[in-house]
Amino acid sequence: MDRSDITYRYRSDTDLNYWIGYRRKIKNVIRSIKYHESSSQNLRHAVTHLRTLARRSSMHHVIERLWHAGPVGGLDSIWSFASNPAFHLRQSYPERSKASVMKRGLQGNEQEDGGGTSGGCQKTLKRSRKQRREKDLEDEEVRWECLPQEILLHVFQYLPLLDRAFASQVCRGWNEAFHMPELWRCFEFELNQPASSYLKATHPDLIKQIIKRHSDHLQYVSFKVDSSRESAEAACDILSQLVNCSLKTLGLISTARPSFMEMPKSHFISALTVVFVNSKSLSSLKIDDTPVDDPSLKVLVANNSDTLKLLKMSSCPHVSPAGILCVADQCHGLRELALNYHLLSDELLIALSSEKHVHLEHLRIDVVSENPGQQFHTIKKSSWDAMKRHSPKFNLVMYFYLYEDEFGPFFRDEIPVTHLYFGRSVSKDVLGRVGLNCPRLVELVVCANGLRPLDEELIRIAQRCTQLSAIGLGECEVSCSAFVEFVKMCGDRLTQLSIMEEVLVPDHRYGLDDIHWEVSKHLGRVWFPDMMPTW
Amino acid sequence: MVVNSVHWFRKCLRLHDNPALQEALNGADAVRCVYILDPFFAGAANVGINRWRFLLEALEDLDSSLKKLNSRLFVVRGQPTDVFPRLFKEWNVTRLTFEYDPEPYGKERDGAIIKLAQEFGVETIVRNSHTLYNLDRIIEMNNNSPPLTFKRFQTIVSRLELPRRPLPPITQQQMDKCHTKIEDNHDQLYSIPSLEELGFRTDGLPLAVWHGGESQALDRLGKHLDKKVWVTSLEHSRVKTCSLYASPTGLSPYLRFGCLSCRVLYYNLRELYMKVRKRCTPPLSLFGQLLWREFFYTAATNNPNFDRMDGNPICVQIPWDQNPEALAKWAEGRTGFPWIDAIMTQLRQEGWIHHLARHAVACFLTRGDLWISWESGMKVFEEMLLDADWSVNAGSWMWLSCSAFFQQFFHCYCPVGFGRRTDPTGDYIRHYIPILKDYPNRYIYEPWNAPESLQKAANCVVGVDYPKPMINHAESSRLNIERMKQVYQQLSHYRGLSLLASVPTIQEEAEPPMTDESQTSSGPDSPQRVPANTEEDVCYEAPDSSTVCPSSTSAPHPDQEYQAPCISSGCHTDPSHPPSLSSIQRHSPPLKSKPCSPSSSCSSQSSSLGTKRKGLSRKVRRGQRQRGRQYCTLTAREEATGQEETMEEDMEQEEERMEEEEETCAETAGQLE
Repeated sequence: MDRSDITYRYRSDTDLNYWIGYRRKIKNVIRSIKYHESSSQNLRHAVTHLRTLARRSSMHHVIERLWHAGPVGGLDSIWSFASNPAFHLRQSYPERSKASVMKRGLQGNEQEDGGGTSGGCQKTLKRSRKQRREKDLEDEEVRWECLPQEILLHVFQYLPLLDRAFASQVCRGWNEAFHMPELWRCFEFELNQPASSYLKATHPDLIKQIIKRHSDHLQYVSFKVDSSRESAEAACDILSQLVNCSLKTLGLISTARPSFMEMPKSHFISALTVVFVNSKSLSSLKIDDTPVDDPSLKVLVANNSDTLKLLKMSSCPHVSPAGILCVADQCHGLRELALNYHLLSDELLIALSSEKHVHLEHLRIDVVSENPGQQFHTIKKSSWDAMKRHSPKFNLVMYFYLYEDEFGPFFRDEIPVTHLYFGRSVSKDVLGRVGLNCPRLVELVVCANGLRPLDEELIRIAQRCTQLSAIGLGECEVSCSAFVEFVKMCGDRLTQLSIMEEVLVPDHRYGLDDIHWEVSKHLGRVWFPDMMPTW
Repeated sequence: MVVNSVHWFRKCLRLHDNPALQEALNGADAVRCVYILDPFFAGAANVGINRWRFLLEALEDLDSSLKKLNSRLFVVRGQPTDVFPRLFKEWNVTRLTFEYDPEPYGKERDGAIIKLAQEFGVETIVRNSHTLYNLDRIIEMNNNSPPLTFKRFQTIVSRLELPRRPLPPITQQQMDKCHTKIEDNHDQLYSIPSLEELGFRTDGLPLAVWHGGESQALDRLGKHLDKKVWVTSLEHSRVKTCSLYASPTGLSPYLRFGCLSCRVLYYNLRELYMKVRKRCTPPLSLFGQLLWREFFYTAATNNPNFDRMDGNPICVQIPWDQNPEALAKWAEGRTGFPWIDAIMTQLRQEGWIHHLARHAVACFLTRGDLWISWESGMKVFEEMLLDADWSVNAGSWMWLSCSAFFQQFFHCYCPVGFGRRTDPTGDYIRHYIPILKDYPNRYIYEPWNAPESLQKAANCVVGVDYPKPMINHAESSRLNIERMKQVYQQLSHYRGLSLLASVPTIQEEAEPPMTDESQTSSGPDSPQRVPANTEEDVCYEAPDSSTVCPSSTSAPHPDQEYQAPCISSGCHTDPSHPPSLSSIQRHSPPLKSKPCSPSSSCSSQSSSLGTKRKGLSRKVRRGQRQRGRQYCTLTAREEATGQEETMEEDMEQEEERMEEEEETCAETAGQLE
């Protein structure tokens, strides 16, 4: 019937369809929540509905239109609403609700016939629109308010922050729900500068609000900063204000360049220490590429030694082997550790495999060469053996970024490495040693090698590394026959097989056009080499 | 009725295999060939002098070929929408012809022109000649979305009939029938502009390495084919040092400007192969470059945001750095890595670089070293690269920066090692960076490692005469691998330790690979039938998007129902593009069931997450979700950042699909209310 008036207001048909579709669905959702509150399955169903709506960020459209809340501004306007709930609620909602209840009683079915013929007259259009809306609302209006807090909370947990903010304008109950501590346990601060990033940043007003109202609720916090120093400093400013919170998880993540390294060390340390001192139960800490130092690690240990389970600190140049040893000595619950090779020592491995210590799950070592020709220390086989005895299932992940001539001390003895990544060119000789000394190897990635084919090395790896299930080869050469042989030996345990097309050198047995068949046959699934566009 | 045709030259700057031009001549009383350019706009546009020079040469060549046929090329200054109404009236035009432009910008422009022509009562004829296949047909065969993997694309192409056979060049005879008198003031009004007129300064401009034009293109095609015959392995020629230099048989710029028809190249290669290989069907790999071009055209044709990250449904959102200084160093060849700098110098001077060289510099700028957005690199290429097609350029940049098409990101080209592998002597570097010419082979790729005495003896001290390396490659590749891993793990919901497994593979790869049967059965393909094909041209035309457009509403290919598959990491979900992450899997589906990988067998939780697949029942996922709700500790498998969302996504995809179905019903119902 009277579609014209609706289209008049809604810019396009698509918009209209969204509105109609969503409104109807929400109605169903609310019904199912209302009648089957006890049935968790229905609840889940309902929640999924809402979440799907929210994911398309149309929730606010719906709510806005249902409640005729007027034009929605940016985040700022939301936050001025949210921070002033009393004003907001008194001024608008009770009045509107009352009015609609009255009108509902009075106008009943009338507009059903009236609206359609009103043609181009704006005034009529406007009124009929309003009437329609009120009619449409009458079913669900009361129920929206009746949603119990715990259900609301459940629903809200699935909504992105922005939609929660919009939803918080709906009524007092929803506004209260918006501020429930449960919703503020986990937060990711995104700190980006327009000059150095293409991505959006967390709004400064939101940050202020969180510090003011929710800092004591925060438990799982991460900071994502772009390449600028300002962003890193802003992150530290926030950190140093988190005095009355008790964090369980803290992650400092630089998304482009290690920008924490560019700020004054003292500023960084003091901000981090605030968290260490105030949070007595930190369990996970991810501080790769930061200027953290030994004294601050001591503070960490002094306050959180019982709870610390995960510590990731690759490329933290201000930490010494003694500093990390102190952590390993005291934090017996440590299960995952990531650090650079220069911090790895026999003592550290012994400490991690002491009786008091829980089983280690992951150990990640980055072996990075600072200047060419650098000499690297060796780790005794006995230390690795102790580690293996203590934590038989632990994963040892090693990333190598070395020049070819720096591999001297590595893979001379058996090493329990499970995941190996060679970021730069690595010699045939070293790969041969890998085949001999890495019986636990699960994944091997070789980015580059010289021009000589790696045939025997691969075959040996297939023979000796019986758990190998993933391999990636970049700038290397392997003859097609040797490669087929390798795949045949490993068989279908190779779940990941990523080989650049150029790697495979055709020989008398296989050409490039038939090798994928042969390999697919042995793998038991369809396989192709990776290719790059010819452009 | 008098038929006055205008043929509008845009991309297909040639007289051979030009179906739209043939249409213009067909039964016409007068034909004028126009090229429209706006000199004012030309200087401002992001196109470098080498590309303009190539274009102008191509136009000169076209004009001189037309002269031989007693006709001329009319170069009209202005914008198409302003120019055409004037021409329509002045020349009393009744028919307008041009080739189909599959790129979104071109489609929009052409739609407007077709409408305009309609208003003037001018018949419009559009013919497909810039691509081998009808791209919409490929999309249709892939369930109405462009294939996202090259393999999938090849599979579809192998099921299509062969491309339409090329048409012969237009002849004197044809032209005589619709002879148009050339006015005496033609050169005054419609001459080809000079570079100066376009606002370029030409003093000191080095001689062009690549000369534009159809004659040049056909000449090169002959040499190209001669060379192919001598290459022992037709399918796979390994990189030779010499191929880093501009080759006299290179064709890519000519394909870009349409000086050479891709179909002519296709059929020439095909026939050559069958001659050499005694009539067996050529493998698709023979047409490598042509098919890649086609692949990217298909991916871009319905995606107006194909050349940017923001709002591009197939592009992974990567937190690239904005760093104008570093970008300038890269673009101007001042990175301090001779291999990179030599390539960028060659690009700037000559307008062409080898595809492996493109890989090297593109990787260096983006995920390899500088972590700068591929969009910036694409713009630099657009300015300088002769063969920079909008679709192919953007697509290749996305591919090489691992922003789309599901690439393994560990393949990083080392700015030292890769060069050395390609050209061990370093003569390529000495050619383009003469200041390093006295460096010995050992240090030519890493002059900063040469002892000071050697640097002095070679008359080039690093840091004084040649820049120091702008970045520590080992350090930056360590950082960038981590960043990429972060992005991809979020995309694939993978939390295990494997680097390779963090890259999602796409379902469409699971399609059975093309078989020899499917290849041979794909069309009237056997050599015996080749001569007969000439007659079949007519039927080939039909599916070939060649449409006369009498109705004002029909742009060549209306694409209101744009539905590209969407990969947006995180919450940037635009409701107008329904996300279809559902097609993504972490593993290619196995032919038989597989035990879970040992990598994740050590902790119960990691194994349930690590080997999680789409195929698992939703019940299991719910269990995980509830466990996730306890906010367990941040582990290697679950970063604090939005672990909830990531665990949820899988379930979401399925339910979203259900949702969409319901929605349709709801909509219908809603409208009935």
